Amino acid sequence: MPGLEDLYREIILDHYRSPRNRGELEAPPATRVEGFNPLCGDEIVVYVDVQGGTVEDIRIGGQGCSISQSSASMMSAAVKGKTLDEVQALTRAFKGMMSIHEHALDGDDAEASIEADPEVKLGDLEALRGVVKFPVRIKCATLSWNTLLQALDEPAGE
Amino acid sequence: MAIVSTDALDVASIKKDFPILEREVHGGRLVYLDSANTSQKPRAVLEAMAGYYEHSNANVHRGTYLIAEEATAALEGARAKVARFIGATAAREVVFTKNATEALNLVAKAWGRANLTAGDAVVLTELEHHANIVPWHQLHDEVGIEVRWIPVRADGHLDLTDLDRLVDGAKVVSFAAMSNVLGTMLPVEQLVTTAHGAGAIAVVDASQHVPHVATDVQAWGADFAAFTGHKMCGPTGIGVLWGTAEILEATPPFLTGGEMILNVTKEGFTTNELPWKFEAGTPPIAEAVGLGAAVDYLDGLGMEAVREHEVALTAYALRSLTGRFGDDLVIHGPSEPAERGGVMSFTFGDIHPHDLTQVFDEHGVCVRAGHHCAKPLMRELGVAATARASLYVYNDEADVDALGDAIDAAAQFFAP
Repeated sequence: MPGLEDLYREIILDHYRSPRNRGELEAPPATRVEGFNPLCGDEIVVYVDVQGGTVEDIRIGGQGCSISQSSASMMSAAVKGKTLDEVQALTRAFKGMMSIHEHALDGDDAEASIEADPEVKLGDLEALRGVVKFPVRIKCATLSWNTLLQALDEPAGE
Repeated sequence: MAIVSTDALDVASIKKDFPILEREVHGGRLVYLDSANTSQKPRAVLEAMAGYYEHSNANVHRGTYLIAEEATAALEGARAKVARFIGATAAREVVFTKNATEALNLVAKAWGRANLTAGDAVVLTELEHHANIVPWHQLHDEVGIEVRWIPVRADGHLDLTDLDRLVDGAKVVSFAAMSNVLGTMLPVEQLVTTAHGAGAIAVVDASQHVPHVATDVQAWGADFAAFTGHKMCGPTGIGVLWGTAEILEATPPFLTGGEMILNVTKEGFTTNELPWKFEAGTPPIAEAVGLGAAVDYLDGLGMEAVREHEVALTAYALRSLTGRFGDDLVIHGPSEPAERGGVMSFTFGDIHPHDLTQVFDEHGVCVRAGHHCAKPLMRELGVAATARASLYVYNDEADVDALGDAIDAAAQFFAP
């Protein structure tokens, strides 16, 4: 049976207590997108400034539980300075880590086989692997990533 | 302090009526504190449903054979029990729906679409469940009704200062009898009287009231009341819309098809009598049987005793948890137990409610976290989410103490 220590790894609690890249960016030139977890009411705001195909800067606003906040914090640290291609690959790798269980939860296996590039290193984000043992919390972990993807699909501004 | 057990209910005995309370979770006993979400089911309800399927299963209002007559009698017998339980004048005022949400949608979409036009006002309160908000938002979008809001004060009670102005010219006043987040008991009769004085109909979301407090819809004087079976020891899949015969007669059908018709021709249809006019298709027969058994079970306990037990246990919970955790624990809603139900929404320190309830689960304590389908209220409270513990007939002081222990465990786990 999974225990709390599988979910709340020390590095997760560290990012929760000391979130990285917390704040706002002026939009435009940055893009601002809000994400909601309809199950629990968590709200996250991602500000991302892309210049010349590279994530120049990123800030995280909103509020949520330790899983959603630490995932957002780790994500912000991981994507800053990366090219959009690198961000896409990282996102695929992260969602791959979460995906099978998430889709099983939704009863939707349409995208159940996201193949992550084994070359992509998740680093600290590996700490969130234990979340898959707590299926209802997977959406907490993926909220910021889905919000970032939406932001990258939108023109700068709102 | 001398503790003399003066509980109006014999909870030790009641716990034995609920098979699920015998199971273990995470190596310990199950401490179920989420009855505002859904209640557990006593053996009598489970056996009544199984007995129906094993002995009398057939479709209703059709067959001329014995078991079909038994099935029809079981369905209509359950309806009569529900009618008596809520003080309805007749069983035909009790419409079975899927749940309270469907019942409220029936009011908004069948009565509302037939009677409301652009500019008509519908008055709600800020503490409504989404089921009593979104159907009216849809009517705003579809026909242009105006939605007005009775505000909630910081103490969890309604701010009725502007009530007369808010209901002036309104066509509908629709409100919860008891808040599913704060536990606040609303002044139902006052709101109904004010609504009628303004020429509006009064709709009561009684989902949190009927399971916990003796309910008399005639004393309320309302036009409609909605509630659900699964929060009152009954099964999921069955809810109730009560309406006065007068307003139900004047309301067009909602869902249509079989059962709800008197006659169908190639040119059109005529509707069946009450209540079947609103019950298209095969109804939830076994669920009705289960709901009838739930009514019998609650009658056996006595609703006065149920309420007395919950007020006493809520008082104990407010006192003991506040004493234990002081200002770190913020419990929303009225501070006076007699003015509230056994629903306690709380936050603890800066630990997010989801993280709190995750730790609670390790201790077998089932508590809901989130917005409780009341996002406008959460915004007014200035919180994104709360944890919510809710009490029922099978809870006792040991369950409240287990919640306190679980809060302690969370505090230690997330200590900086």
